[in-house]
Amino acid sequence: MSEAYFETNGLTVGYGGRPLIRDISLSLKRGGIMTLIGPNGAGKSTILKTVTRRIPAISGDVLLGGQSLLRMRGRDLARKMAVVLTDRLRPELMTCFDVAAAGRYPYTGSFGLLSARDKSIVLDSLAQVNASNLAGADFNSVSDGERQLVLLARAIAQEPEIIVLDEPTSYLDIRHKIELLEVLRGMAKARGVTVLMSLHELDMASKVSDVMVCVGDGAVAASGPPEDVFSDELVRRLYHLERGSYSVALGSAELPRPEGQPRVFVLGGGGRGIPLYRGLQRAGVPFSAGILPENDLDLAVAGPLAAEVVTSPPFAPAGPREMEAARALISSSKAVIDAGAPAEHYPARDELLKYARTLGIPIIESLEHITEVLR
Amino acid sequence: MGRGDVLRRGAVFVSLAVLFLLAVVWNINTGSVDIPVREIWRIIFLRREIESGAVPADAAAFNIIWKLRLKRVLLSAVLGGALALSGFLLQTFFRNPIAGPFVLGISSGARMFLALVTIALGAYIPSLPVAVTVAAAFLGSMLSMLLVLAFSGRVRNMSMLLVIGIMISYICSAVTDFLINFAKEAEIVNLTHWSMGSFSGGSWRDVGVSALVVLPAALGVFLLAKPISAYALGEGYAQSLGLDVRRFRVVLIILSSVLSACVTAFAGPISFVGIAVPHILRVLLKSSKPILMIPASFLGGAVFCMVCDLIARTVLSPTELSVGTVTSALGAPVVIWLMVSRRREQSE
Repeated sequence: MSEAYFETNGLTVGYGGRPLIRDISLSLKRGGIMTLIGPNGAGKSTILKTVTRRIPAISGDVLLGGQSLLRMRGRDLARKMAVVLTDRLRPELMTCFDVAAAGRYPYTGSFGLLSARDKSIVLDSLAQVNASNLAGADFNSVSDGERQLVLLARAIAQEPEIIVLDEPTSYLDIRHKIELLEVLRGMAKARGVTVLMSLHELDMASKVSDVMVCVGDGAVAASGPPEDVFSDELVRRLYHLERGSYSVALGSAELPRPEGQPRVFVLGGGGRGIPLYRGLQRAGVPFSAGILPENDLDLAVAGPLAAEVVTSPPFAPAGPREMEAARALISSSKAVIDAGAPAEHYPARDELLKYARTLGIPIIESLEHITEVLR
Repeated sequence: MGRGDVLRRGAVFVSLAVLFLLAVVWNINTGSVDIPVREIWRIIFLRREIESGAVPADAAAFNIIWKLRLKRVLLSAVLGGALALSGFLLQTFFRNPIAGPFVLGISSGARMFLALVTIALGAYIPSLPVAVTVAAAFLGSMLSMLLVLAFSGRVRNMSMLLVIGIMISYICSAVTDFLINFAKEAEIVNLTHWSMGSFSGGSWRDVGVSALVVLPAALGVFLLAKPISAYALGEGYAQSLGLDVRRFRVVLIILSSVLSACVTAFAGPISFVGIAVPHILRVLLKSSKPILMIPASFLGGAVFCMVCDLIARTVLSPTELSVGTVTSALGAPVVIWLMVSRRREQSE
């Protein structure tokens, strides 16, 4: 990574002099997006609070463009760094414009009066977060999502080089989450504003970040581009996922697999089996699945949820060994569930259905009557 | 900010200024003896000439104005402004619209120290220097303020802060009552005066001292309008904007304590002005911007207290009510209105 803009050198953070995370060394280039992920209480907020100087660093240093941030004058820092905090605000009788205009503080004169230029910067900031229409609205009367956008506009109005956001997407619905991250990415790429934030949504973090920093167990467990550091295994380790699982490919979490001998066999493929696997998990029915090519979408969910999965090499028809394994699982099942995978891509399906019929095993297409079938 | 807002704000300030003048004149004009307005102007602006006998004037009216009503109306204006401003500062500080020097127990703390000093030093000094009483009231205010602060960190809830303030107020009153047992009769008269709240009985020196304390403090608050506005979004954002939050908090505490201490020292506890006046003005201005609210609160507090004092003097004339009674009767409903409308807003 060439010429880092934001750097921490052996930074140790914590409250009241007690170290929580030691020896953090990170670096991010100008216009990059760095996200901190990790379980609750791991110290993501502590790192952000230290970087924004709400709490003192225990040791080490933070650099902005080569200058020590920790020793900068408050007003100088305010012109370089803006924040979006988790504080729930209820300011009195302030319009969204007023809230965004608070970002001009480091630039206004001794009475804080806005010049015409200040006003146009504030309006422009609101426009950047697509919140121009909110300018005249009372800040307390707009939705959580809109409020967060206005707070981001406030940070933008501060014309910072770096914006630090503490869990900016909490409480937001999916539309506003996407909107907010989109604005951040646009700003980072188009204006070279560096972004440092903590996120709860792993999938979002992996999509938006240039650098992901995984914080857990009193240390930075891993950091780097998402494609290097972000894996199922890392998530499992970082969050101590002993039950349940997380799929990086799907960006979704699965609940723990139902325990026991498989009782039904799911003939899936191409994503069609996914709702069935999850349905069986909810019903607490252990199941097996097949025959899924190793690159099949179904596998991301069947893998963590099924008691057993028969897989075949990608882009090739199932061989005799896979057919044999599938037949064995079917013969010991109470029912076969057909997800309706297209026959031209899953040629084994018809043959296995025929096999089930010859054994007199009921074939169903939905989970509607699953409990009666299994009784 | 649209044209409508500018007009609205202009209208509020013009009305405040007009009301201020009206209240001054009305206060001087009305009482057991009514003095015509033209006579008032003459007596005030031609004082020298009248005293030297160059211009004739009614001696009774001259004495009523110069010995009673003028200083009383000035005292109520200065102290009323101080009360409202102190309330505004405390509301900003606690981010709580029902914070005020009276409900937070700050006035009671001041009174407790006044009682303490009066009784402890009364034996040696028959009449305490003004500086001592103001200083004692200031220390008492600070003590209560620090107590409230110590507890407020633990409660986020707006009504809990009030409960704490009222409890502190009761404790201070209990201590004051205890102290009064040791007081001599002459001192009790003074202490009762302080516990009632009244703008009467002040001397011209009192007017001068309170103006000397309050006006610079008010100017100081006005000069802090910008950092106070940064504080409106909370400490985290204020700090991120480059404000030295720790120092700012100390300055804010001292200024609000000075303002409310001065009121307690010269007029005793006067309740609800600090909450009611800023609240009404926020609604009228449709804004909580400090740069508007600070001058408006000061003017509004002055007008409110002058009017309340007029009511206190005249409604049961010749008997006088304490001005605290009137401000409570007018101010407490505003607080109830505030709490009820807040509750509704929160549950929506």
